[in-house]
Amino acid sequence: MDLRIENLTHRYGGMAVLSDIDLTIPEGRIVCIVGPSGCGKSTLLRMIGGLERADEGTVLQQGTPPAGCLNPLTYVFQDFALLPWRNVAGNIALVLEDHGLPRNDQHRIIADVLARTSLTDFARALPRQLSGGMKQRVAIARALAVNPAVMLLDEPLSALDAQTRELLMDDLVQLWTRQPFTAVYVTHNLAEAVRLGHRIVVLSRRPGKIREIVEIDMPLQDRHAGDDTLDAHQAHLWQLMRQEAEAADKELANA
Amino acid sequence: MRETVNESPVPFRGGGFRPIPVRGAGLGLFVLLILLIEWGTRAGWISKLTLPRPSDVAATLAQLYKTGLLWEHMVPSLTRLAVGSALGITAGIGIGVLIGLFSLIRAGLIPLVAALFPIPKIALLPLFVIWFGIDEGSKYALIAFGTFTPTVVSTYGAVDNVDRTLIRMGQSFGLKWWSIVRKIVLPGALPGILSGLRISLSIGIILLVAAEMLGAQHGIGAYILEAGSLYDLERLFAGVVILSALGVLTSTLIGLAEKRLLVWRN
Ligand SMILES: Nc1ncnc2c1ncn2[C@@H]1O[C@H](COP(=O)(O)OP(=O)(O)OP(=O)(O)O)[C@@H](O)[C@H]1O
Ligand SMILES: [Mg+2]
Repeated sequence: MDLRIENLTHRYGGMAVLSDIDLTIPEGRIVCIVGPSGCGKSTLLRMIGGLERADEGTVLQQGTPPAGCLNPLTYVFQDFALLPWRNVAGNIALVLEDHGLPRNDQHRIIADVLARTSLTDFARALPRQLSGGMKQRVAIARALAVNPAVMLLDEPLSALDAQTRELLMDDLVQLWTRQPFTAVYVTHNLAEAVRLGHRIVVLSRRPGKIREIVEIDMPLQDRHAGDDTLDAHQAHLWQLMRQEAEAADKELANA
Repeated sequence: MRETVNESPVPFRGGGFRPIPVRGAGLGLFVLLILLIEWGTRAGWISKLTLPRPSDVAATLAQLYKTGLLWEHMVPSLTRLAVGSALGITAGIGIGVLIGLFSLIRAGLIPLVAALFPIPKIALLPLFVIWFGIDEGSKYALIAFGTFTPTVVSTYGAVDNVDRTLIRMGQSFGLKWWSIVRKIVLPGALPGILSGLRISLSIGIILLVAAEMLGAQHGIGAYILEAGSLYDLERLFAGVVILSALGVLTSTLIGLAEKRLLVWRN
């Protein structure tokens, strides 16, 4: 299933936040969205997933979600959003319980996603016992459990330290290589964008407009830190972002 | 060669400002106070009219227990407290959750609750007597009403404080409304609701005594009132000790419930 975003425009009060966004999310690809702080990336993602209504424009689903898909548009949040009173398996069960699946199917799905995210040994652990990286793995497992058509990730690695972030990026690449998924991945971090993005959308400062779309053809599993092509892409992205970020930084709030 | 300079360890400036549990301190202070009063009343620098001798109070309590009078007073009191506060707390949690969930109910009820909260419920006892009868009904109503308002306020506060990102998460996974309430809102509000119950139940005990003082044959309140009017300090204090024990008991029960239900907290 593809997603098409057409002429999306939004303002909060009088403040324009997004302006005329036109974008296609093709099936089986990871689209990264980068842009300076406050340019409306999270807002755009909320609109793509139907958590908020845009003033103008539409988000269209093209085609049908994959078989066995329980929740076509599924989020992974920056702060994990795990229920502290449920253990790992329970947190994943939460999103399956409302679908009337037989118990066996639920258990099978939970076991499968825990195995795919190497969490099998932690099924009975409570969130407070887990490190940040583990919590985000649980959130990713929970998202995989509903077999989404499109995963919507809002800075999923921003709350983690640099080493954990590397590990999780590898995990995401592995997950994708074994079974390609469609994703919109919002990030501040250009290194993440060039590691994970098939297509990188650069937004301007507020009101967010599309400044440029960069395509990277290199297969995900071949991308490694320190690769020349990737570094070139990253340098190019930084150049685009730099002026925007500088200007955004100097803007007064509500000015 | 190294020059000899003044060396001194960096002075420690951190620490403090963080309560740490000290075992037995509460009990120790309590025992010390009792011993002090015992000594004062025996030595004579506390007159018999100021405070009763703790050992006499203990003897009175033992007497109460032996004659069976203790249960004659405790059973009606505990029944009133249990029935009244069960009614008030159930209604309070229900209404509190509704206020937390529905904007219209919130807009309508919060001013009403704010208007009811500061009314000294004891002042309404004559009214309750007319509405619910002179017997148990008016006492149940008084306790129920008194525990209701603080429970409502703490419950909707607890619902308001449930992490919104968890609710967004539930919505983003397409959970049904009732699932979100049952699996996210209610467990998230539970810590706040339980700590609100501590206050509600203390208020319940205060009102229990007040109601019994205004018209009851049996009950701890009636017992205290009778002792007071005879200026029988030993019996008065025996009643007060029973009330304190009741307060400690309810607070311990809530502590146990918190331990069992909130293991997921740090
Ligand atoms: N619900 C809201 N009501 C009013 N203003 C909002 C709301 N949500 C976001 N904004 C404002 O809209 C702008 C865009 O916010 P958004 O969170 O989408 O930016 P972002 O690109 O995700 O920023 P960051 O990189 O800091 O995460 C910001 O200026 C923000 O203050
Ligand atoms: Mg954001």
